[in-house]
Amino acid sequence: MPGTCVGGTGEHRTSVNGLVPHSWLNALGIPPWVWGPLSVSLHAALEATLVVAVVGCALGFLLAKGCFPGRGAIETVFSLPMALPPTVVGWYLLTQLGGPGPIRSAEVRLFGHPLTFTFTGIVVAQIVESFPYCLRFSRAAISGVDPRFEQAARAMGLPQWRIALLVTLPLARRGVVAGVVMAFGRALGDFGATMIVAGSVPIATTMPIALYNAVFFGSHEQAMVLALVQLAVAFGILFGVSRLGKVKPW
Amino acid sequence: MEREPKAAPALDKRKRAVVISVVVLVGFGLGFGAAHLLARYIAYWDIVSGPFFLSLRVASAAIVIAGVTGVASGYMLAKGHFPGRDVLETVGSLPIILPPTVIGYYLLEVLSPGTQVGGFLTRVTGHVFVYNVWGCIIAAAVAAYPFCLRAARSAIAGVDPALEQAARTMGLPNWRVALQVTLPLARRGTAAGLTIGCARALGEYGATLMIGGDINGRTRTMSLAILDSFTTPERDTMLLILVLMAIIAMTGVGLLGRSRS
Amino acid sequence: MTAALELAVARQIGEFNLDVAFTVESGMSVLFGPSGAGKSLTLALIAGLIRPDSGTITINGHVVTDCSRRTYVSTQKRRVGMVFQDGLLLPHRSVIDNVALAVRQTRGRRARRAVARSWLERVGAEGLADRRPGSLSGGQRQRVALARGLAGDPALILLDEPLSALDAEVRRELRELIRGVIISSSVPAVLVTHDAEEAEELGDVIIGYNHGRVTGARVVDRPVCPGPASGAPESTGRA
Repeated sequence: MPGTCVGGTGEHRTSVNGLVPHSWLNALGIPPWVWGPLSVSLHAALEATLVVAVVGCALGFLLAKGCFPGRGAIETVFSLPMALPPTVVGWYLLTQLGGPGPIRSAEVRLFGHPLTFTFTGIVVAQIVESFPYCLRFSRAAISGVDPRFEQAARAMGLPQWRIALLVTLPLARRGVVAGVVMAFGRALGDFGATMIVAGSVPIATTMPIALYNAVFFGSHEQAMVLALVQLAVAFGILFGVSRLGKVKPW
Repeated sequence: MEREPKAAPALDKRKRAVVISVVVLVGFGLGFGAAHLLARYIAYWDIVSGPFFLSLRVASAAIVIAGVTGVASGYMLAKGHFPGRDVLETVGSLPIILPPTVIGYYLLEVLSPGTQVGGFLTRVTGHVFVYNVWGCIIAAAVAAYPFCLRAARSAIAGVDPALEQAARTMGLPNWRVALQVTLPLARRGTAAGLTIGCARALGEYGATLMIGGDINGRTRTMSLAILDSFTTPERDTMLLILVLMAIIAMTGVGLLGRSRS
Repeated sequence: MTAALELAVARQIGEFNLDVAFTVESGMSVLFGPSGAGKSLTLALIAGLIRPDSGTITINGHVVTDCSRRTYVSTQKRRVGMVFQDGLLLPHRSVIDNVALAVRQTRGRRARRAVARSWLERVGAEGLADRRPGSLSGGQRQRVALARGLAGDPALILLDEPLSALDAEVRRELRELIRGVIISSSVPAVLVTHDAEEAEELGDVIIGYNHGRVTGARVVDRPVCPGPASGAPESTGRA
């Protein structure tokens, strides 16, 4: 069944199209070779973005406001996936998640099986690749807040945690949201790392992988449709981010 | 609060310049001189050197193309007052999140001799642009372009217009104002964009795979070669080089970014 | 009677050196001098936003900063109200929510809003309660900022060039308001300005500032003094 990923050791996770009856999608005229990969991509990206948003914004806040040494180094390390070829990231994940080592044993304890060639593995790959965007955007937005607002709030007697919630974050919300949206877009568009971690399991196929398959093994019509859908989605996401205003994460 | 008297930045600027120069020198040393000197001592250099120098050639050409077009279009977007500026920037930014296979697909559609546009180009220029190093360069340039564009636009837009007006009153023509006043003042932000563009060009995978074809010796860049070498011993050498390049790139971006604020 | 503020501090920032000492008994004291003289820095030190390199600050008899004993009371606990040059109202909250945020002596949202509303009335801004700061004019904004500064029942209110960003006419209007509201609420005040006319009109005492030093102080002659009489301040430099 498209959208169901069976891992090498029997993980059986359906992606979101298990929730929507196939008949509806067929009635809308969307063929299975589109909504299959599309639902895998959307589902994985949504899960990945959820994790990235929480951790990324929290870390961005710490890096923006904290006073400990090495903040620049931490941001550089977490930004590496932006500069590394996705094959390197994919290789690293493949060996750490699949090969022997502490991460693999942790996975097995948590999930019951290693995450390579599974849907969860795709989510992990997308988390790693999209994390830097959320981190950098939120760090830039939060440190861009005029510190005098926070000074005024201190003079008003507000404790630090209320200042963060009522003053800093609301003032930085546009950049923070832009970061989350960019991370979502990046997760949707990931190809190299996802492909390596998921392997060539034909049913763990995201949209970018499906396009690759269509170009080399499938029909030209399919490739055209898949490419167009992804182009429209990317354009929509970028347009939304630009509406949220100018934030300079680099 | 009225502006507080700032701590004198002279020493910090020197320190920063020194650190940046060191980083750049280390990068180049690693890229060329050190590679030649240590060729004997890095295991499997003969296997790694092919993809390595190909990646360097591709990335250098790509960053030149992306840099020039990015800065030029960034200048036009920053200075121009035509409607749809933001839409153009959005279109130019697409490669940031567009899946690399989509980029590769459209590049193939445009450049492949079998298609209308591609056929026309091939007839006119006499060159084929797919399945050879040109394809790789174009793919890498497309990946790097949005970063150059955005950084250039925002840096150029941030230049104090009073300085440009002063230059005009001195009689300098517009193109000289741009080259001798605007661009030098915008160099920090632009350099940060170029650095990260460089990193992206080096690391480009999906589009390069599709338009280059992963032909050993001709279009197999580092990011492609590393896939083949997963089970072979030269893998570690490649990884080391790639990770070091990435660290240098991100450190450079971080330094340039901090010095702006 | 306890002085509202006793201050004797020194602070170095880069090449700028601040070394000042003065006392505010009550009423409105004006720090007057050119830009860059260290007036705003002094306010930041009083509020506890910056720490001095040496010296002590006492508000209402409580030592809030004492460098030799390493005593620093946090800004939140100092109960100083602040009014900034551009208001600095939170743009994502309505006017009344902005002022209510500063009310700390009452519990409960409704009670806080009631206190906020009464302060908005006193500054003549009661009609603005549900507007957003972005839709206010400069003068309206500063009225609200004044209400916010006083709403927290502070022991001392600090005003950093509150009128400098406004037109001359609006400035004149608000001068009367500032003096009136602050004197009638009996909150001692320290106001920073580089406008001589403003200093004369608003201050009970004018403390001169230049290059990080107090250059002198004098009491302003007022024909009718609506508020408490101010004592002569000490204006010695550090020995």
